[in-house]
Amino acid sequence: MMAKTIRLHHGSGGLLMQELIRDLFLRYFDNPGLRSLTDSAILPLNSAQIAFTTDSFVVDPLFFPGGDIGKLAVCGTVNDLAVSGAVPLFLSAAFIIEEGLSMDDLETIVKSMAKEASKAGVSIVTGDTKVVPKGKGDKLFINTAGIGKIEKKYAGISHGLKTKPGDLVLINGTIGDHGMTVMNARGNFHFSSSLESDCGSLNKFIQKILHNSEGVRFMRDATRGGLAAVLCEFAEKSGYGIEIDERTVPVKEEVNGMCELLGFDPLHVANEGKVVMVVEKKYVEEVLCIMKRQNQGKKSAVIGRIVEDHKKKVKLRTVSGGSRWIDLPAGEQLPRIC
Amino acid sequence: MRFIDEFRDSDLVLNIAEGIRKRSARNIVLMEVCGGHTMAVHKFGLHDFLPETVRLISGPGCPVCVSGTGFIDQAVRLAGIPGTVITTYGDLIRVPGSDSSLEQESAKGADVRIVYSVMDALEIARQNPDNMIVFLGIGFETTAPATAAGILKAKEEGISNFKVLCSHKLMPPVMTALIDDGVKIDGYIAPGHVSAITGSEMYRPIVEKYRLGVVISGFEPVDILQSVYMLVSAFEDYEPKLQIQYTRVVKPEGNKVAQELMHAVFEPGDDWWRGLGMIPASGMKIRPEFAAFDAEKYFHLGVPENHEPAGCICGEILKGLKIPKDCPLFATACTPAKPIGACMVSAEGSCAAFYKYRKTENDG
Repeated sequence: MMAKTIRLHHGSGGLLMQELIRDLFLRYFDNPGLRSLTDSAILPLNSAQIAFTTDSFVVDPLFFPGGDIGKLAVCGTVNDLAVSGAVPLFLSAAFIIEEGLSMDDLETIVKSMAKEASKAGVSIVTGDTKVVPKGKGDKLFINTAGIGKIEKKYAGISHGLKTKPGDLVLINGTIGDHGMTVMNARGNFHFSSSLESDCGSLNKFIQKILHNSEGVRFMRDATRGGLAAVLCEFAEKSGYGIEIDERTVPVKEEVNGMCELLGFDPLHVANEGKVVMVVEKKYVEEVLCIMKRQNQGKKSAVIGRIVEDHKKKVKLRTVSGGSRWIDLPAGEQLPRIC
Repeated sequence: MRFIDEFRDSDLVLNIAEGIRKRSARNIVLMEVCGGHTMAVHKFGLHDFLPETVRLISGPGCPVCVSGTGFIDQAVRLAGIPGTVITTYGDLIRVPGSDSSLEQESAKGADVRIVYSVMDALEIARQNPDNMIVFLGIGFETTAPATAAGILKAKEEGISNFKVLCSHKLMPPVMTALIDDGVKIDGYIAPGHVSAITGSEMYRPIVEKYRLGVVISGFEPVDILQSVYMLVSAFEDYEPKLQIQYTRVVKPEGNKVAQELMHAVFEPGDDWWRGLGMIPASGMKIRPEFAAFDAEKYFHLGVPENHEPAGCICGEILKGLKIPKDCPLFATACTPAKPIGACMVSAEGSCAAFYKYRKTENDG
C-alpha cells in the first residue's frame, strides 16, 4: 500500500522509491520501453536503436568541490546513456529557477554544463526556462534528457541477460566520494577535507572498454543508493547471488572516516562517476587493464563475483572475515545518535 | 584508518575466536546492551566466529528504540504549533508515535530539522528569536552531558526561545530491572561510550548482587570478541568480574566534567521505556531551577501517555527474551521502510540490524 504523502525518502533511490515507481508510475505508464526500468529506454527506430533517458538534478549546495549542479546535470544523463552501451549524442536542458538566484551563479553553472558537454562530445540542442517565485523552489533545479545511438551488439548490456555465475564484478574506483563531499559542503560538520566529488562523464571511458573487449555483460552507474543499490537491484533482476569482498572495495580513508563518525555505510553513499561492471572471467584482466590505463579507472578493482548460491541476495565478506547480507537502503541514511 | 583497521584485522579476529572456542565449555548467554554493539555484531558478521556455546542477545541500549510513544506524541504535538522548530538527532524522525511521526509531520509542513549537536539547535535559536526552538533530548549518559551543556549555555546567554523536551535515560537501572524481570543472562557486554562518561563503578552492584560478569567493551570486532573472551573466561572460572576491555577510552572514574554537567542540570526520575514500561529512577528530568528550558513545563504537556502498538513484541526483544523473527510483524508488516515497532526504526535497533544484515529466505 502506498504512503498517503510523499516523503523525502521517496527520492533516495531505495526501497520507497522502487515502490513509488512500481505502484504508481509503472501502473499508469506501463509499456515495453519503460517496463525493463533500465537506466535508458532502448527503443527501436527503423533499423537502428536509440537510447533515451532523463534525469532531474536538485543538489544542495549548487557548488561543491569537484563540481556543481550543471556539471552533474550533464554527466548524470550522459552516464545513464553510456552504461546502456549507447553513444550519447544530444541533450536537452530545462531550468527551473527560483527568483533571486544570482546571474553570476547561473552563468557559472551554464558554463560548466557547456564544458562538460564538450568534454563528453554531446550537444545541448533544446531547452526550457521557468522562473518560480522566491520560496517556491530551492535556487535551481535542472532537468536534462538525452538521446544516444546504440549498436545492436550492445543493446542487451543494460539487461545483463548474458550474465552467468563465475562472472566477476568490477568497479572503476573509490566509492562514496560524491555523497560525502556534498554532505560536507553543506557545512554541518565542519570536517576539513580535500575530498572531491567524482562527478564526471563516463561515456568515453566506457566506449574504450566496449571497443577493446567483448567481456562486459552488464553495466550500471552507481549513483543514489550507492554501490549497494546497484548490486541488490542486479541480484534481484538476474536471479543470481552476488558475493562481494569488503577488503577489495576501494574506499578513500576520508570517506571511511566520515562514514564512521556519522554511522553511514559507504556502500550506500552516492557516486557520480562510478560504473559497476559484470565481466566474463576470462576477459577480466583485459578489461581491468583498459580501465586502469584511463584516468577515471586508475583505482579500478575486482570486488566480487556472481554466484549460483543465495539467489537474488548480495553477501558481503567483511574486512574482519565474517559475512553479512547487503540490502537496499530503506531511504536516506540518517546520522545515528551515538 | 588508524585506530580502526587494527581492530578489524581478520587474523586477530580469528585468533580471538579460536581462544573463545577453546575456553568455552558451558553454554553462556551474553547481552550486548548497547545498540552500537548490536550494529557492529551484525555489520561485521561476528556471529560467524562464535562457538555454539556462546549466544549473544541484544539489549535495550538503542536510545531511539526505547523512547516511548508518549514522547513522540508530545514532539509531534509541538511540531504542530505554528512558529515552533523541532530540532532532533537524525534517526528519531522516523520513530512512529500513536498516529504520526516527525517525518510525517515534516511532510505536512512542520519545521523539523536534523541537527548533529545541541549546539546547532542553540544556534538556530539565536538566529530565529521569533521562533520557539525545541530540542529533543534523547540518549543515555553519552548524550545527556551535551544537552546539559546546551541548557547551561542557554541560561548563561539568556536565550529564552530554546526548550528541551527531555527523555534522557540512565543505563544501570534498566540493566538491573531486566534481571529482576527474569531475563536469563550470564553476563553483560556493557556500553563503551556511556561508561566513558560514567566510569565503571556503577556496574559493581550488578556483579556483586547478581553475580554476573560485566565487561565494558569497544565497538570494533576485536573489541567485542575480546570482551566475549573475557566474559567467557570469568564464567568458566565461576568468578564474575567487572572489567574494562575498552581501556583506550574508558577510565574507572569516567569523565568528571561531563558527570558534573549532567548532575547540575538533571535529577533522576521514573521513566517509561518502550517495550519495558515504567522503570523507577531510570530517567533524567530537568531540575526545577532550569524549568524555563523544560518544554514539558513550558508547553504544559502533562504526563505522556504511553502504549505499545498491537502485535509488536519489541518489549520482549529488548529484554532479550525473543528474537526479531519470533515477531509475526517482522519483515511482513514491519520493515525499515514502514516500521511499526521502535526496534525497526533506528539502524541500531535489533530488528533493523537483523533485517538489514541477516535476512535470508531461511531467516524469514
